[in-house]
Amino acid sequence: MSGAIRDPRLRWAAVFAAAVVLIALPFAVDAVLGRAWVRIIDVALLFILLGLGLNIVVGYAGLLDLGYIAFFAVGAYSYALLASPQFGLHGSFVVVLPLAALVAAAFGVLLGAPTLKLRGDYLAIVTLGFGEIIRICLNNLNRPVNITNGPQGITLIDPLAIGDIALNKTYTIAGFTVAPVHSYYFVFLACAAASIFISLRLEDSRIGRAWIAIREDELAAGSMGINTRNVKLLAFAMGATFGGLAGGLFASFQGFVSPESFTLLDSIMVLCMVVLGGMGNVGGVVLGAALLTALPEALRYAGPLQKQWLGDVYIDPSDLRMLLFGLALVLMMLFRPAGLWPSTLRRREFAGGEDAHAAQ
Amino acid sequence: MDIFLQQLVNGLVLGSIYALVALGYTMVYGILGLINFAHGDICMIGALTALTVAQALAAMGLPPPLVLALAALAAVLVCVALGVSIERVAYRPLRRAPRLAPLITAIGVSVLLQYSAALVWGKQYLSMPEVVKPSAIVWGGVQLTDLQAFIFLLACALMGALLWFIQSSRMGRAMRATEQNPDVAGLMGVNVNHVIAFTFLLGSAVGAIAGMMVVLYYGVGHYFMGFMLGLKAFTAAVLGGIGNVAGAMLGGLLLGVVESLAAGYIGDLTGGVLGSNYRDVFAFLVLIGVLVFRPSGIMGQHTGDRA
Amino acid sequence: MVRAPVIGLGLALALILPGCGKEAPPPPQKQVATPQPPEAVTVKIGSASPLTGPQAHIGIDIRNGVQLAIEDANAANIEIGGRKVKFELVAEDDEANPTKATTVAQKLVDAKVSAVVGHFNSGASIPASKIYSDAGVPQISPSSTNPKYTLQGFKTTFRVVAHDDQQGPTLGRYAAGAVKAKRVAVIDDSTAYGQGIADAFEATVKAAGAKVLAREHTTDKDTDFKAILTKIKGLKPDLIMFGGIDPQAGPMVKQMAQLGIKAKFMGGDGIQTPNFIKLGGDAAEGVMASIPGLPKDQMPGGKAFLDKYKAKFNAEVELYAPMGYDAVMVFIDAMKRAGSTEPAKFLPELGKTRYQGVIGPIAFDDKGDLVNGPITIYVVKSGKWDPLETVTPGGAPSAEAKK
Repeated sequence: MSGAIRDPRLRWAAVFAAAVVLIALPFAVDAVLGRAWVRIIDVALLFILLGLGLNIVVGYAGLLDLGYIAFFAVGAYSYALLASPQFGLHGSFVVVLPLAALVAAAFGVLLGAPTLKLRGDYLAIVTLGFGEIIRICLNNLNRPVNITNGPQGITLIDPLAIGDIALNKTYTIAGFTVAPVHSYYFVFLACAAASIFISLRLEDSRIGRAWIAIREDELAAGSMGINTRNVKLLAFAMGATFGGLAGGLFASFQGFVSPESFTLLDSIMVLCMVVLGGMGNVGGVVLGAALLTALPEALRYAGPLQKQWLGDVYIDPSDLRMLLFGLALVLMMLFRPAGLWPSTLRRREFAGGEDAHAAQ
Repeated sequence: MDIFLQQLVNGLVLGSIYALVALGYTMVYGILGLINFAHGDICMIGALTALTVAQALAAMGLPPPLVLALAALAAVLVCVALGVSIERVAYRPLRRAPRLAPLITAIGVSVLLQYSAALVWGKQYLSMPEVVKPSAIVWGGVQLTDLQAFIFLLACALMGALLWFIQSSRMGRAMRATEQNPDVAGLMGVNVNHVIAFTFLLGSAVGAIAGMMVVLYYGVGHYFMGFMLGLKAFTAAVLGGIGNVAGAMLGGLLLGVVESLAAGYIGDLTGGVLGSNYRDVFAFLVLIGVLVFRPSGIMGQHTGDRA
Repeated sequence: MVRAPVIGLGLALALILPGCGKEAPPPPQKQVATPQPPEAVTVKIGSASPLTGPQAHIGIDIRNGVQLAIEDANAANIEIGGRKVKFELVAEDDEANPTKATTVAQKLVDAKVSAVVGHFNSGASIPASKIYSDAGVPQISPSSTNPKYTLQGFKTTFRVVAHDDQQGPTLGRYAAGAVKAKRVAVIDDSTAYGQGIADAFEATVKAAGAKVLAREHTTDKDTDFKAILTKIKGLKPDLIMFGGIDPQAGPMVKQMAQLGIKAKFMGGDGIQTPNFIKLGGDAAEGVMASIPGLPKDQMPGGKAFLDKYKAKFNAEVELYAPMGYDAVMVFIDAMKRAGSTEPAKFLPELGKTRYQGVIGPIAFDDKGDLVNGPITIYVVKSGKWDPLETVTPGGAPSAEAKK
């Protein structure tokens, strides 16, 4: 990406322009499309965070994780428990948010440690089971001792706040109305930008190359002196950290968490984003997350359109969305396995499938 | 003691259904090394097809055995067509692709089947007509219906027949050869594509019957029913040793019994800390435990690097 | 080269924006300024419920109820504060999903609705209530029964349905009283609704002196209950209560029959559906269930409402359409008393509501819960739900039930 623009002055101008666009975006969207779309963009940013986290595990290290939403859940609940009336704790987000990410990372290691030996499909199944176990436990930890409030969920979660400045209030700064959705946009944007930066740096780092080596051939990577155990654990922990951070932000943004937000379907959704956009490529993941968050919103118009053209609603928009997801997964694997915006390495790998298979 | 025996019977009937579904997973895995995520959903399609046909035929007033036989036939035909075409369209082009590709495809197919079913049958729970009124068999303190007995016996008979087929028939031999090494089997004159297609055919047919058993047994069908069923059956297959047909049967029965006993006794054993709400957690813990500590399962041979 | 237009676009946006930002606050003023006395004002009423997905049939039912109320109100040529008012429906789909619900809530607030009827499930109503509260838009849920919904301290949050802590105890009192249950087993489906109602039931029967032999759990996706039922069978209860919905309750009563369990079976409004009888077959006979509100045909305006609904939508009322209808009427009633359609003005009046609705008398307590909502107990008799008795929580059986 960075190689595209050679002239440093032009590069800075591009960065500046991008920054201006990104800062102006929520206000422009608010004015043109309405505040609900700012909220949709907020959610998309959260999914970008999640997608980037999963990308580390699936895209870089090649470990298929079907229970990734569990880390999102762990992060969300950690934040919720430490900053809500549930236990009467109201920690500052400066402490609670990193803590949520840390707890998620610990769970990442917890999942990673026993599954080190497993590869491919077995790992997929174990992670799927792990995701379901977390959800079932969150749903049932209200008896005999009430911890998570069970299926009723946790309400009145604290917003992000420093002193009296809380992000759930509306402010007027220099004539601009800054509503909660706007303030959260900037927080999420900052987090997403940081994650993109970290992801890009990781990709080219020693660790990133070690992950890719493991993905290509674990045995060879091991014999080249890579400590495969630690490197894999690190992938799980890093991926989980991103998920946990996104979870904490989600909890503060929504003010409410309940187990029904963390189902297997959500795990598959995030996986779709990564696969569709392009496994292992940061730009692809961002594209995938943005596309898949906007798609259901666009599909809302499919119902009325069907009614207008065909006289009745034959395919429920939410069904249509799932059908398209399923179809997209199948077609992508058949015709464009490396994603819409593939990483160069990945594309080579999928194209040279015969050799890759023989190596296994 | 009566209660214990009753739980055992419950578990065995449940387990026999798991075992039938597990066969589909294990046969495909044995030959392709692919977890066919969509298999549970193929069973679901079979179940809902059987349900619809039975509803229509029962309304016409046909004799019950004929209704059941025709419903089963319809389910098997639909599922076989589906299973074989999925293999042809979605999996075959990916046979030599990196392992992640077919797995993601399988997830895609699973989602596709579920929501296609939601389109066709809607999302509400559908009721299976009571074609035959089950009558109770009381046997000491244990009570079961003739329907349960029928399901259990039919499942055992099917499994026995399948085992015999794989061990003794020409096609069975070809399947085993392909399992060991598809390339060499091809050199030996086995048409590998035919064998793989046939494996899907067999697995789907057995899955269709299993799906029909589920709607007969519980009386309800639903577009999402294949997911849990598939997951449990996969657990059973892993428990017995994936790729091993006899192991899948044993694993299915074992898992059914473990689940029933866990749901029945866990509350008392842990003094009320854990309850029947953790039933599904147990199934997953068994799965994770086996995969981590004995990936080859109870009856599996050493699978080497396969895991 | 390609970059130039992007920069241009960015600059253009940056130039346009300060203007947009400043423009955002005025619109409310405009709304106040437009209504010249003779002209009709348009008041938007939001409706939020799942219009797609597995619960769509109930969500559409609610929206239809709201639509019917709005058409009736418009036909009545209502004047508020001396001005003619035309009501307009803004219906949104929340997919019964908590995250979507907040987006939809924001959309309704953006559309400047004066009041919202919704959402259907508690998981959606709770996160959305925060957005309505922030915007000062009053919200009446026609169907969310989670007690937490009104416990958040929001002034804008109301419901016109009895919550789980009212329905559960009523059912419990009925079990211990009229049914004379002494040995009870309780099962829930691990959802907010099922656990809430089962917990309240358990506490009530315990207080009434019955023995709770077992508390078991299943999920809202399971269909195999043999293991927990076998355990319960060994404890020999005379009543089994299930907190959950019909897809589980149907197979559950079937499996009870297969295991030879003779105990009575009861549940909340989630099983009081025609589908339960279909799924349970012969085993459904004798099952009891409670449902908030009077029997549909015994509601004060019930018969007329049912006929009107049928004529308009060519469908039977599923469950919550009457509540949706009444929610709108309660809003309009409050607007009339306040003489204003401004949320800030009529919100205080909403709390003081005394309205005779389709579902019966409507009044709110200080939390926004329906006061003494009547609850009717039904029993399955020869394949149909028959009303047994109507009780008002905390009070004596209401007059209607005696008829």
